[in-house]
Amino acid sequence: MTNSEGARTVGATAPRRALLFGGAAAAAGTLAAPAVHAQGPVTLRFLGTAVNQHRAIKDKVHEELGIVVEYIAVTSDDVVRRAVTQPNSFDVMDLEVWMARRILPTGNIIGLDAKRLPLASEMTPVLTRGEVGGRKLGSQGLAPWKILYLEGREAKTFAGAPTEWLTLIPTVYNADTLGIRPDRVSRPIESWAELLNPEFRGRASILNVPAIGIMDAAMAVEASGRHRYADKGNMTRAEIDLTMAALTEAKRAGQFRAFWRDFNESVNLMASGEVVIQSMWSPAVTKVRSMGVPCVYQPLKEGYRAWAQGIGIPRTTTGRRQDAAYEFINWFLSGWAGAFLNRQGYYSAVLSTAQKHMEPYEWAFWMEGKPAERDIRAPDGTVMEKAGAVRDGGSFEQRMGSVACWNAVMDENDYMVRKWNEFIAA
Amino acid sequence: MSSSRPDAAGAAVLDAAAPLSPEAGIAARSRRPAVGPGAAPFLQAAPLALVLLLFLVLPLLVTAAVSLWDYTEFTLVPDVTLRNYREMFEGCLSGGACSTLRTYVSTFKLCALTLAVTLPLGFAVAFFLAFHVRSDSARTALFLLCTAPFLTSNVIRMISWIPLLGREGVVNRALLGSGAVDRPLDWLLYSEFAVVLAFVHLYTLFVVVPVFNSLMRIDRRLIEAARDAGATGRQTLVHVVLPLSKPGLAIGAIFVATLVMGDFVTVGVMGGQQIASVGKAIQTHAAYLQFPAAAAQSVVLLAVVLLMIAALTRLVDVRREL
Repeated sequence: MTNSEGARTVGATAPRRALLFGGAAAAAGTLAAPAVHAQGPVTLRFLGTAVNQHRAIKDKVHEELGIVVEYIAVTSDDVVRRAVTQPNSFDVMDLEVWMARRILPTGNIIGLDAKRLPLASEMTPVLTRGEVGGRKLGSQGLAPWKILYLEGREAKTFAGAPTEWLTLIPTVYNADTLGIRPDRVSRPIESWAELLNPEFRGRASILNVPAIGIMDAAMAVEASGRHRYADKGNMTRAEIDLTMAALTEAKRAGQFRAFWRDFNESVNLMASGEVVIQSMWSPAVTKVRSMGVPCVYQPLKEGYRAWAQGIGIPRTTTGRRQDAAYEFINWFLSGWAGAFLNRQGYYSAVLSTAQKHMEPYEWAFWMEGKPAERDIRAPDGTVMEKAGAVRDGGSFEQRMGSVACWNAVMDENDYMVRKWNEFIAA
Repeated sequence: MSSSRPDAAGAAVLDAAAPLSPEAGIAARSRRPAVGPGAAPFLQAAPLALVLLLFLVLPLLVTAAVSLWDYTEFTLVPDVTLRNYREMFEGCLSGGACSTLRTYVSTFKLCALTLAVTLPLGFAVAFFLAFHVRSDSARTALFLLCTAPFLTSNVIRMISWIPLLGREGVVNRALLGSGAVDRPLDWLLYSEFAVVLAFVHLYTLFVVVPVFNSLMRIDRRLIEAARDAGATGRQTLVHVVLPLSKPGLAIGAIFVATLVMGDFVTVGVMGGQQIASVGKAIQTHAAYLQFPAAAAQSVVLLAVVLLMIAALTRLVDVRREL
């Protein structure tokens, strides 16, 4: 009885509400708001690792576009797993370049239409052609320009040259190197070979993400002159064996204090003094430094291991949500987000728009490698660098120009993972 | 009086339910004779059986099936192949230790060390709770205290071990300060010691509970009889209490062994990701979408753990002694 009464009430109000909404939509229409808004705010479920998922970006998107962004933060392995197995559980995804190689063949992401992304043509040539300031970047591994374009909207293979269809729109990229504790190392570190130097026995660490860990190891093996790789991002079985043998030998000799898997583990290892030299990510170094512990993101003569990631759309995002996704991507390239990420030590895809949203002294410090005119502050206001400080590794052109290889998945990935398990067991 | 009470309660429930759905009540009443006395136990067991069937047996069957599949970088290929098992045991037959064997040796070692500490420790705690603590409320309070390790999350524990056991941690600083050592002890953290310490910290409770249960069921007259027969305290413990607590010890050992054999988080965190365990090998495969390889590893692990449990139940007939 009560139930049917409830139902009747709902039934009675429903048309009235629909009318109200209709009216609001009509009013919005006359105000020339984008068509997306006609049916109330759109929600975009944004899958990715935490790198790009900042509250400030989400709030700004809501303020400027009226789109509600809902973050789904998972580990990079889970990003791939979800994209492959549950593409309908999110609307846009932030994927690393190497992930595209694993997801594209499943047909779960579709090409982005360059015609709907006017700023895509202004992306830095670092990403589109592998050039910066007239220098060619190292192209070992899965460099972004190798996977950026597709033959068609539903292509399952990458196009070698620019086309109308993009696999993803890069959001951030960076050049990774070793982090060191200058107070504990107390001599200049110049080569990746130092990672395996017995001098740091029991005080070194690498990351336990096989695909990336093996590349750091390969940088160290090559630097020590033991082997020259044709492509560190795509080794032969013999090369995998050789690299893992070098790692196993070091592990048995007690070289490594621990391996780390996530951002916080690497910060803890470094800040607590357990480790004095390890592969690290740029914001982790900043974090250690902001704890008052000296830490340097050391440029090395063999160059950097670079990575890039960007926004892609799964095939299940259609209609109104797809329009919103495009709108979101265009906004991401339009400068505010780029400036926000540049200020954390990452690099944004379209530099010209980001520059407009940064103060000249900020731009000079982060991008031009000049000494900071005044204190450099994090988005939350804490001081990251004192006036006079210079960014580790120098300018954008110096840092990106020295890239040696890019994060990748190998053809022999299965074999490599098996060998990595053996290494952990050794 | 006491026998009539449940009926009254039942009637009250029926009365309360009646206004809502009189038809349902009538239906139930008319259906009752249809259920024979033999069917009732089956109906009672059905919900749990269904849950186990859906969420335990079915996934296990799927895992076993997938372990025979083939896979590529991004797809699973339904197939019947022994590739995953072959690759797992690659090198095992041609002499020398293969990684799977080494991983199992490493896992067994952790398991044995953990059991060697948790069983005596758990027994001692349970013995204290059962025979020395007289008041029930004190017993309950102490029992709750045993669950303290479960009040913190793994993340918190992970973070808190470093300042305690680390190279520049509290323990090392105290040892250095007292002059007991002249350089920090590295093996306190990221070592087998650290892993076993964390397991003991977590899993001793799983021994305390079943052993306590066994001890409480011991007829106290048996202990008096032993004393009257001239047995010393130690003899009573060894010949009376210990044999009677065997089922509890066996159940505790099963709990601890299964938990340790499948663990990958504690081993990873406390071992600095450098110590091999079967669980971690499975996790690495799963993380790289190599589900068939992970499934094959799981099937082997399951078989090994079942064998261990079979061996334990061979030693102690748990069912009879309960």
